[in-house]
Amino acid sequence: MKILVCISHVPDTTSKINFKDNDTQFDTNGVQFIINPNDEFGLTRAMWFKEQQSATVDVITVGDVSVEPTLRKALAIGADKAFRVDMNPKDGFEVAKQLATIAQEEAYDLIIAGRESIDYNGGMVPGMLAELIGANFVNNCIKLTVEDNQISAEREIDGGKEILSTSFPLVIGGQKGLVEESDLRIPNMRGIMMARQKPLEVKEAIQTEVKTTTNKFEKPAPKGAITMVDKDNLDELIKLLHNEAKVI
Amino acid sequence: MSILIYAETQNGSFSKSAFELASYARALANEMDTSVTAVAVKPTDPKAIELYGVNKVLQVNNPSLTTFNAKSYAEVISQAAQASNSSVVLLSTSADSKFLAPLLAIKLKASYASNVVALPMSLDPFVVKRTVFTNKAYGMTELSGDRRLISLSKNAFGLVEQAVSAEVEVFEPSISESTQSVTGVDKASDKVTIADAEVVVSAGRGLKGPENWGMIETLAEVLGAATACSKPVSDMGWRSHGEHVGQTGKPVAANLYIAIGISGAIQHLAGINSSKVKVVINTDPEAPFFKAADYGVVGDAFEVVPALIEKLKVFKSQNS
Ligand SMILES: Cc1cc2nc3c(=O)[nH]c(=O)nc-3n(C[C@H](O)[C@H](O)[C@H](O)COP(=O)(O)OP(=O)(O)OC[C@H]3O[C@@H](n4cnc5c(N)ncnc54)[C@H](O)[C@@H]3O)c2cc1C
Repeated sequence: MKILVCISHVPDTTSKINFKDNDTQFDTNGVQFIINPNDEFGLTRAMWFKEQQSATVDVITVGDVSVEPTLRKALAIGADKAFRVDMNPKDGFEVAKQLATIAQEEAYDLIIAGRESIDYNGGMVPGMLAELIGANFVNNCIKLTVEDNQISAEREIDGGKEILSTSFPLVIGGQKGLVEESDLRIPNMRGIMMARQKPLEVKEAIQTEVKTTTNKFEKPAPKGAITMVDKDNLDELIKLLHNEAKVI
Repeated sequence: MSILIYAETQNGSFSKSAFELASYARALANEMDTSVTAVAVKPTDPKAIELYGVNKVLQVNNPSLTTFNAKSYAEVISQAAQASNSSVVLLSTSADSKFLAPLLAIKLKASYASNVVALPMSLDPFVVKRTVFTNKAYGMTELSGDRRLISLSKNAFGLVEQAVSAEVEVFEPSISESTQSVTGVDKASDKVTIADAEVVVSAGRGLKGPENWGMIETLAEVLGAATACSKPVSDMGWRSHGEHVGQTGKPVAANLYIAIGISGAIQHLAGINSSKVKVVINTDPEAPFFKAADYGVVGDAFEVVPALIEKLKVFKSQNS
């Protein structure tokens, strides 16, 4: 089984989000970057396929040279090989187009991406990629097993889950559930040393059309003051929710 | 020319998000001087949506659509967009619609923006406001080309009635064979889902253990609410992963979000702060959640919640 894990390089979840150049660009000053949490669940599931079912695992990121530490971390966790497509993508469509090119060259059975990245929250890369390469697609994937080419996947739906039978080539938009939080791996010293020797291939980007551009950002208006209610006066809370907030 | 919405149904009835999409589409159609078409799979009362300004309903009855299949549904909507010559296609942010949206964008060669929170800021260029960085900011996104796909965040626009008379037409798209199929569904049919709920009652590690969730469920029941939890609560297996809300869990955009024994970590708040009104109940007056909420009660959940349940029961019996 040949697996590709798509890794998005995103600000740490605790980051303060600020913009620069007249609110036209995300300000990376002082921001720590991590493997997108949804992708990390997928990468960890891929490691299971590698160790238990002898899969090969490549990882890929579309981005400039600043994303390489994130790819090295994925190699340190255990991926075999990394690709970086050298460009600064403008939107999810552009990313999907770049990924589709490599996916077709390398003919992967399984492509694991995250259901969304926590920076631009587009939620479109895995589905677009699947459609571009004509693969099956399971979004919000919370379980994936492959036994004798029988593929079973579970998808989170509103209020429950759905079990799907599907086939390769397959793209998933993964999330927690693929593996548990406690299964996530912190790279050890040996992994970090080995990662330095592993191939990280830089690919030239293909030309694509630009579908969307985001060049203005805004922060939410500051919140108004909180109204405190005494714990012995809960009738007051109900009154406020009914008359003032009008939500009950 | 038209604006197309994919109007989702549950057991044949339009879901609330379908009415919200229709409301949005109607307002946009007024600006663009065009009509609104809805495509719906097996609606029992297709005309119900005319109340929100839909001029035409394309009713799809293909038997193969009984269970949801993202690829097939994307084919249906794509053909409906072509048949209605729609330059704008609107979807909700339900799990199903988010699943099919990127497939549809490629099929239609459309530009696509998700999590849109308001009517376009301008039509030429076509610019929409969407949430980014998991609700920590907004981005103004320009969609190019002559076909645009937008998914509208739940509760961002609300319901606006503008009754028209809708024409209903049976629409028969061609659907290709699928190599993927649903073999089972596991869904509690009697519970309000976080996605649909107007009110969400959420509890955290402050509840001390899974055995204490009875009062949370009762409170939710009294309010007709969905239950949710913080991430550690689902990681420890106290509640199912489906209830985990926040930056790495589900987003919540309810009218009312009640947080009980949740500290208000930045990752938690990111996921829930598009809810309109937030109430926090916590023993610690320094808990960060008090800075993000509209109403706060400093107190022990084990006293406050049962008392609140009793008072709400009285309130409900007097106000229904
Ligand atoms: C990468 C990453 C992603 C994350 N994503 C998410 C996410 O999506 N969602 C999420 O929720 N978290 C997320 N977290 C975790 C987050 O940082 C917090 O750890 C978590 O939200 C804390 O959960 P909690 O509020 O239930 O628990 P705690 O922080 O332990 O808070 C418990 C609260 O209960 C109060 N309390 C205690 N006893 C009582 C009582 N008897 N009555 C009333 N109040 C009481 C305490 O005062 C305290 O404020 C993420 C973390 C990381 C690193």
